[in-house]
Amino acid sequence: MATWTWFHKLSSPPHFYRIAGKMIPWYAIPAAILIVLGIYGGLFSAPADYQQGEAFRIIYVHAPAAWLSLMCYTTMAVAAAVGLIWRIKLAHALAAATAPIGASFALLCLATGSLWGRPMWGTWWEWDARLTSQLILFFLYLGYMALRSAYDDLTRADRASAVLAIVGVVNVPIIHFSVNWWNSLHQGSTVIRKGGPAMPPSMLIPLLMCFAGFTLLYAALACVRVRAEVLQRERNATWLKELGAG
Amino acid sequence: MSEVTTSLSQAAWLVLERDLKLAFRRWEQVTHPVVFFLMVASLFPLALSPEPSQLRNIAACVVWVGALLSSLLALESLYRADQDDGTLEQLTLSGQPLSVLLFAKTLAHWLLSGIPLVVAAPFVAISMGATAEAFGVLMTSVALGTGVLSFLGSVGAALTLGSRRGSVLLSLLVLPLALPVLIFGARATDLAMHGESAAGPLWLLSAVLILTVTLAPWASAAAVRISLE
Repeated sequence: MATWTWFHKLSSPPHFYRIAGKMIPWYAIPAAILIVLGIYGGLFSAPADYQQGEAFRIIYVHAPAAWLSLMCYTTMAVAAAVGLIWRIKLAHALAAATAPIGASFALLCLATGSLWGRPMWGTWWEWDARLTSQLILFFLYLGYMALRSAYDDLTRADRASAVLAIVGVVNVPIIHFSVNWWNSLHQGSTVIRKGGPAMPPSMLIPLLMCFAGFTLLYAALACVRVRAEVLQRERNATWLKELGAG
Repeated sequence: MSEVTTSLSQAAWLVLERDLKLAFRRWEQVTHPVVFFLMVASLFPLALSPEPSQLRNIAACVVWVGALLSSLLALESLYRADQDDGTLEQLTLSGQPLSVLLFAKTLAHWLLSGIPLVVAAPFVAISMGATAEAFGVLMTSVALGTGVLSFLGSVGAALTLGSRRGSVLLSLLVLPLALPVLIFGARATDLAMHGESAAGPLWLLSAVLILTVTLAPWASAAAVRISLE
């Protein structure tokens, strides 16, 4: 029972607005420290790769961006489903706030991959399975945001885009599988694989720092954006007027 | 109050029959997407070159891109007229499960938009230099693929019902989700044209069709309810 009261309390906009405001520095400061340390470690301390030379260092931005673009989509779909099933407006606000962040990370992943592909594969773009999957993920984000913006009424935009997010998340494995089956050139996973990571610790530790830092960055950005969503949705509520007056 | 005696299967059958009847009275709704398909297909030789060897290489691609675009175009007519005259609202209020009624509607839509493409596909393929041996696989794959597109598209069409700009938005939503169909369908056609067994992609396409037909009507029903509230 205790967990549920906590959950209901968190899903009330005024309470969440306060909590999220307090949490932002707790996410943002560690995120900044981890990203700075991780990027420094990756760009300066880590040795150059024996095969790819200096170019491999793009992984410190590329891989965390790829991870977050997927995590954001999952978060968005889960939040949308929660909002649709239990009619929690705050969950819809989280889904709406996550979509642009996820789309930005997907674009960042594509851009860094393209920059890396130029010296490594000799081409900006290759119609390879993982690149194409990522591009489609980006398109799915764009579709979601386009559907949201096509509705004037927020409640309907929330519910319609939630259905789309759920349909999308069911489809993502099929799309991923079909594209994989179609063509594959991308190198395999280096971090999560059988027999431990294929990386020395001096390369791996900054990478893990970047993963953690980017994830915390997402948490901080999500707090800021959900707060903005709450302000927009509750603009006529009395608690906001009291907050503004006090 | 009199007891409602229409059973679920009767209701679904009535919806299917009504949609087919309406389409036969407004024939251009059926013919326009096919004409569009033939026109798109004839753009490729004009843009590329009339060289038969090159055209044969892209025949599968032309048929499938054409079929995908044409069925997107046909999706516009799936719910729009019924929403305008209030039929969709009546279906929602009928007391029958909306997902089954929408299943019947989408099945009618597939019969009206998919089957004409199945018939037209061999003509496009033959104009691109495909041989008659591939027609069986080509028509099967187009039939399965347009089925997936109709059911997937019905979710998209239902979601865009209440929005301001329909058609471009509909394409933005449905195209990324339809990619597996394009990949499997074009691969099956391509394999068949090169005289190889196309069983693999055809089975995969069938699996996607079964999954879509099973799940999409629920999503469409949820989407229609949201659009109408």
